[in-house]
Amino acid sequence: MQQLVTELLQGNRRAAARLISLVENDDPQKRELLKDLYPHTGNAYVIGVTGAPGSGKSSLVDWLLKLMRKDGLKVGVIAVDPTSPFSGGAILGDRIRMQDHALDQDIFIRSMGTRGSLGGLSRATREAIQVMDAFGKDIVLIETVGVGQSEIDIVRTADSTLVVLTPAGGDSVQTIKAGIMEIADVFAVNKSDLPGSDRTVTEVNMMLDMKKSKEWRPPVIPTVSLINEGIDQLWEALQEHRRYMEESGRLLDIRRERVGRELTEQVEYLVKSSIWNQVKEEIELESLVEKIVHRRQDPYSAAADLLDKINFYGQEAEEGD
Amino acid sequence: MNSKKVRILVAKPGLDGHDRGARVVARALRDAGFEVIYTGLHQTPEQIAETALQEDVDAVGLSILSGAHMTLVPRVKKLLRDNGMGDVLMVVGGIIPEDDGRELINNGHADQVFTPGEPLDNITDYIGSKIRS
Repeated sequence: MQQLVTELLQGNRRAAARLISLVENDDPQKRELLKDLYPHTGNAYVIGVTGAPGSGKSSLVDWLLKLMRKDGLKVGVIAVDPTSPFSGGAILGDRIRMQDHALDQDIFIRSMGTRGSLGGLSRATREAIQVMDAFGKDIVLIETVGVGQSEIDIVRTADSTLVVLTPAGGDSVQTIKAGIMEIADVFAVNKSDLPGSDRTVTEVNMMLDMKKSKEWRPPVIPTVSLINEGIDQLWEALQEHRRYMEESGRLLDIRRERVGRELTEQVEYLVKSSIWNQVKEEIELESLVEKIVHRRQDPYSAAADLLDKINFYGQEAEEGD
Repeated sequence: MNSKKVRILVAKPGLDGHDRGARVVARALRDAGFEVIYTGLHQTPEQIAETALQEDVDAVGLSILSGAHMTLVPRVKKLLRDNGMGDVLMVVGGIIPEDDGRELINNGHADQVFTPGEPLDNITDYIGSKIRS
């Protein structure tokens, strides 16, 4: 396993692919591997691309890749598509639009199924970003699943978020709804050769101008991915936002928040798994469930008893002494 | 908790432009619980091998209706081997004459060949049993 990390740091693409599989499959050695990778991360800038199914996310990513490569940037792409809640299978089809880049050694594309995650990303997106970051990518592009209004995990994961809209997406009330319309750092109105495009651009602009804080005002860029229109402006807008994030100190702020959340999650994970390991050894959960379901005990005191039995509070007191 | 999922690349190499069959098989694989990476039409063997590598797949399914299978399949297999992925299961589907199919399998270029009329369950069962064993 250590070997894989060494190979990754030497630029071995097969090692990168295998490491992403290991974190995605929740391999027992996952935490050790991520620990080894961590010192090599922190250089990649993460750009999220989100929007409704079929709005043109993959096609825009394809064009952005071309511009990024022209600027000499190495790019990792994580393209997420939904996992079936019934079979657990998935069709991962975002690559279809990106296959021009398949042989570019400085682009690494990985498709991921959501595997039960509901926020628009896959369960292991964050860990896959770490792998690509350590792999030396300057930019990691994340394409979310096709989203509706509220699958907005991307905003907690990306440094810049691009929201892709299409014309005729409903009346102007849609633009002031909470959720996806609030998370964009840059808007693209794709398929803007279709009727209704000007109106969509105007309505989004009006919504944005109602906001008081003007520190960063998301630009709204009309694009037509089919004929490569507006993509230069879109890439320029994304770079502009990155400059703003870096110069204003916002980037450091959101990374601080993110690391804080991550630390909390890791502590909770360790506490949880240590509790459940002990519980599994000492207590039969089924008999407790049986008691509760027949109303001989309530779940609240049963939970408290359970922690008593493994001496959870006792341990805490000892440490406090 | 380990939650390994079987990943399979479904690809159409070469110049043939009909992917209804590939899509039907992809859909069946999805319903059988596989993660299917579908890359669309007109892929070169190089693109297919590199995609298989980046996606770290357990199996590659090639759909070929053009008649170029005796050139394309060995080429993809060779590139996979060059990438250290010689152990990846190789399944071919399409209009493949029996003799050619046998030759592909006997020469180690393909593990199995499916032709028109094959029940979808046979295909998903075969891949599932080969990879999980």
